[in-house]
Amino acid sequence: MAKITLSKLRHSYLSTPKSDSDYALKEIDLDWTDGGAYALLGPSGCGKSTLLNIISGLLVPSEGQILFDGNDVTALPPDQRNIAQVFQFPVIYDTMTVYDNLAFPLRNRGRDEATVHKRVMAIAEMLEVTEMLEQKAAGLSPDNKQKISMGRGLVREDVNVVMFDEPLTVIDPHLKWKLRSKLKELHQRVKATMIYVTHDQTEALTFADQVVVMQLGEVVQIGTPVELFERPAHTFVGHFIGSPGMNILPCELQHGAAVFAGQQIALEGPIRGAADGQTEIGIRPEFVSLADHGLPATVTKVSDIGRHTVVECEAGGCRINAVTEGAAPERGSAVHLAFRQDMTRLYVDGWLATAPANATGEQGAA
Amino acid sequence: MKTENQKAWFFVLPVLALVAFNALIPMMTVVNYSVQETFGDNVFFWQGLDWFQQILRSDRFHAALGRQFMFTFLILIIEVPLGIAIALSMPRKGFWVPVCLVLMALPMLIPWNVVGAMWNIFTLPDIGLLGYFLNHVLGISYDMTQDPVAAWVTIVTMDVWHWTSLVVLLSYAGLVSIPDAYYQAAKIDGASNWAVFRFIQLPKMKTVLTIAILLRFMDSFNIYTEPFVLTGGGPGNSTTLLSIDLVKIALGQFDLGPAAAMSLIYFAITLLVSWLFYTLMTKDDLN
Repeated sequence: MAKITLSKLRHSYLSTPKSDSDYALKEIDLDWTDGGAYALLGPSGCGKSTLLNIISGLLVPSEGQILFDGNDVTALPPDQRNIAQVFQFPVIYDTMTVYDNLAFPLRNRGRDEATVHKRVMAIAEMLEVTEMLEQKAAGLSPDNKQKISMGRGLVREDVNVVMFDEPLTVIDPHLKWKLRSKLKELHQRVKATMIYVTHDQTEALTFADQVVVMQLGEVVQIGTPVELFERPAHTFVGHFIGSPGMNILPCELQHGAAVFAGQQIALEGPIRGAADGQTEIGIRPEFVSLADHGLPATVTKVSDIGRHTVVECEAGGCRINAVTEGAAPERGSAVHLAFRQDMTRLYVDGWLATAPANATGEQGAA
Repeated sequence: MKTENQKAWFFVLPVLALVAFNALIPMMTVVNYSVQETFGDNVFFWQGLDWFQQILRSDRFHAALGRQFMFTFLILIIEVPLGIAIALSMPRKGFWVPVCLVLMALPMLIPWNVVGAMWNIFTLPDIGLLGYFLNHVLGISYDMTQDPVAAWVTIVTMDVWHWTSLVVLLSYAGLVSIPDAYYQAAKIDGASNWAVFRFIQLPKMKTVLTIAILLRFMDSFNIYTEPFVLTGGGPGNSTTLLSIDLVKIALGQFDLGPAAAMSLIYFAITLLVSWLFYTLMTKDDLN
């Protein structure tokens, strides 16, 4: 178990990267504490698997260092880093029994059979696969195969970090949930640092204490699930997390106030820095409500998503989603939208530009 | 309710007719010959299973069968490991992949009789490149028209040269279908190169290897043209394989009855060995 530090890490798959866009991974500085549960979240091609492979040692970065507990491991091959990795498709050794599969990493490291047996039995019990130990691994169902490949990672008592590369992709939906909670439980039991790579926000948010959101090879935000939801540092995070994502409305700044479609919109607090650039208002649909007065809009679509109703409106040429409960207006009707002020953010060139009003700050009416 | 009809059979008929003309009817002619004696003029005498008894008891048949098994055994024991080894050392991606694949496929594109003729000239002691080199440069006495060992070495080498590519290409196809994650997981699990081969590559190649061995068995067991052109079965009878012997009996001696019986026995052996091998190799996959 170890603390992981990424220092000035950059990677390009080209031998002579010229511009910034040649880098699959732009400069990354990160500190992951020992025993934490982290998720790397981002769309396909954002560089999260590249980052994972760099940490596991399957890939050597073009620049920068990886430190485990302060020791530079950048040049070490995977087997010397003491890491475990679970892949998208379950990797099992078909010709071996489940027992031999679990014992494989220990036997390769020359552990004696008594230790091997003890560890395998402990892990099997933890994963609830004890009764299949004598079975050929080839005949298992995908979720059990994935459990075995997880087990091969956990069976070594000294792993620095366990990494999961979209491990639930091939698992049936109804088993996904089970396996996900199993993972969480395992993390609490083994106390190893775990990094979970996924493009599925639900998986990331349920598994991790800290989520690293990536886009185009760049880390856009690191935070707890609540932070990512309430205060996205970038419009991308607002979009990507939440269902539906954050409403992003292009606006103009007039005398320090945001104006959208001719209406002044109250922001959460003062704007930081010089706000020259493309300015946008960001507000989550959960904090938009239908009111008697406010921003005039037309309802274009109403979708019932179970507990809530998503009301899709149009105002000032933009689509605005509102999540409401109870009776929803009909399609085509004219409504007024109210934004909760302390949840209304301003973004300049995509990045968050407002700070929350100070604790004693006035709560203006929307 | 759904009514059943038998119209689907009409779709099978053309194939059935084709198979009948190119396989069943010729084969029934052979069956016909194998149980009768003829002295020409389309006059036949019933012979029962006499020819079969005669063939099965003949030393000549035993010897040819022994040589046949020896030949097939030798080429399999060389071509399969060699083919796997070459496939393992071929690049998985990049510029050299197509180059390697084309180079590997080249020997297989050459017709059998041409291969025989090529190796015949290649090994001539006085003018052949290999023959001259061995005899006059290295000083090794080598003449496959005189020395049975040399003849055997030559036909085996020729077959290895001609057909190892098949094993290579099939093994290679099996190898490239292994996802990268397997190799990465093995690396992380600390597996040695041997363990990677034994537990990842070999199991993943098993299906294609089964096919490769089956094809090589059938082809080598029925081989005729190449050794016939190369050695003509000699020196003496030392390289007279089953097929060569069969043709000698049928067309050389014109003993159509025994030849027919022999081809049926030959066919039965090929079928039996192939079936046994395939059943044994795939029995794990079924349960």
